[in-house]
Amino acid sequence: MSSQISPRYFERLALPHLDAAYNLARWLTRNDHDAEDVVQDAYLRAYKYFAGFRGENFRAWLLAVVRRAAYDWMQRNRPAELVPAADIDVEAMAGDSETDNPEASLMRQADQKMVNEMIAALPVPFREVVVMRELQELSYKEIAAIAEVPVGTVMSRLARARALLAADGRRRLKESNYG
Amino acid sequence: MDEMETPASGMSDVIRRHGMRYTAPPGLATRIGEELDAAARAEGWPEGAPSRVVPFRSAQAWRPLALAASFLLAIVLSSGTTWYVTAADRQEQLAEEVVASHVRSMLADHLTDVASSDQHTVKPWFGGKLDLSPPVVDLVAQGFPLVGGRLDYLNQRPIAALVYRHKQHIINLYVWTQKGGGMEPRPPAELQGYNLRRWRSGDMTFWAVSDVNGADLDQFVREYQDAARGT
Repeated sequence: MSSQISPRYFERLALPHLDAAYNLARWLTRNDHDAEDVVQDAYLRAYKYFAGFRGENFRAWLLAVVRRAAYDWMQRNRPAELVPAADIDVEAMAGDSETDNPEASLMRQADQKMVNEMIAALPVPFREVVVMRELQELSYKEIAAIAEVPVGTVMSRLARARALLAADGRRRLKESNYG
Repeated sequence: MDEMETPASGMSDVIRRHGMRYTAPPGLATRIGEELDAAARAEGWPEGAPSRVVPFRSAQAWRPLALAASFLLAIVLSSGTTWYVTAADRQEQLAEEVVASHVRSMLADHLTDVASSDQHTVKPWFGGKLDLSPPVVDLVAQGFPLVGGRLDYLNQRPIAALVYRHKQHIINLYVWTQKGGGMEPRPPAELQGYNLRRWRSGDMTFWAVSDVNGADLDQFVREYQDAARGT
């Protein structure tokens, strides 16, 4: 099949979103080299399937292709990480909620290294919504389109992701205080 | 407990403050461009295709033109999904890129990567950096001394820029290889107050741009072509 558009035109449209594409791929693969492979693969796919793009939000469409390419990459290389969100027991992972407010201490004590380790440790379905919402500042609607789930699911995943992060942060602070 | 700060917003702040926003490594854009070109060639696009085809839905950005061409558009709408932008548009777009690069080269204090009036210094400097070896000639006797050379990025590829001076004016001469392509529409001779000349020689495409007057730029082109023939 023919893409019907010149590569030059596609580049003009797609390259301005390269950082966003790379950031998403980097957080999903957690590795520079693999992120590059995924982004290259995604851009090639997007070019080939561009004729099928009928929406209005090109960035969201492109990021959906990037996410799909990253998922395919994980399926091939780290299938164990691709656990459906429904199978993840957030309550068990978060443990007993304590009465203190971990966010306040995290605000004071967390550093870049710790926070990035916390995000990287999230299960994929939660990690991706956190990255898209907090680091890429996409709208709920865009995230829903990219992750192929309803907006309500995006919001609940985000809430559960924050609970997981809070629990992980609390654990890490405790270890660093007593360790 | 502070009821004003919900856990969600607090965590959100922590993530936003410390979370990494990774940026694409240098070179990735170029590699993607090359892969797209290869994919396009495999689908029958000629190399360095001068014209581009814009999907109809992008016509929104071209609304004034689209209105003027509504009749044509109606035909396109009824018959297919693409709208062909002419090769002339492509040349005009390229002319804009050339002028923008010329202006940038003087604003950014980055006129030359290799500053030398010696053609035997400038020419080898490009060797290995590019897929072409542009003719480098000094035209000091003709009133166009060589200032130096620079790598630039134009038309989605790294290219050679030769820098010449004429009185107090700078002339940028951009050179890149372009195989095939055949006849192309003449680009504008003047754009945004800058004069432009384009010609081809063998596989190389040349664009000269400067704020010197048109007659002087024509003379520069003649002198350069004459001297380049002797190299």
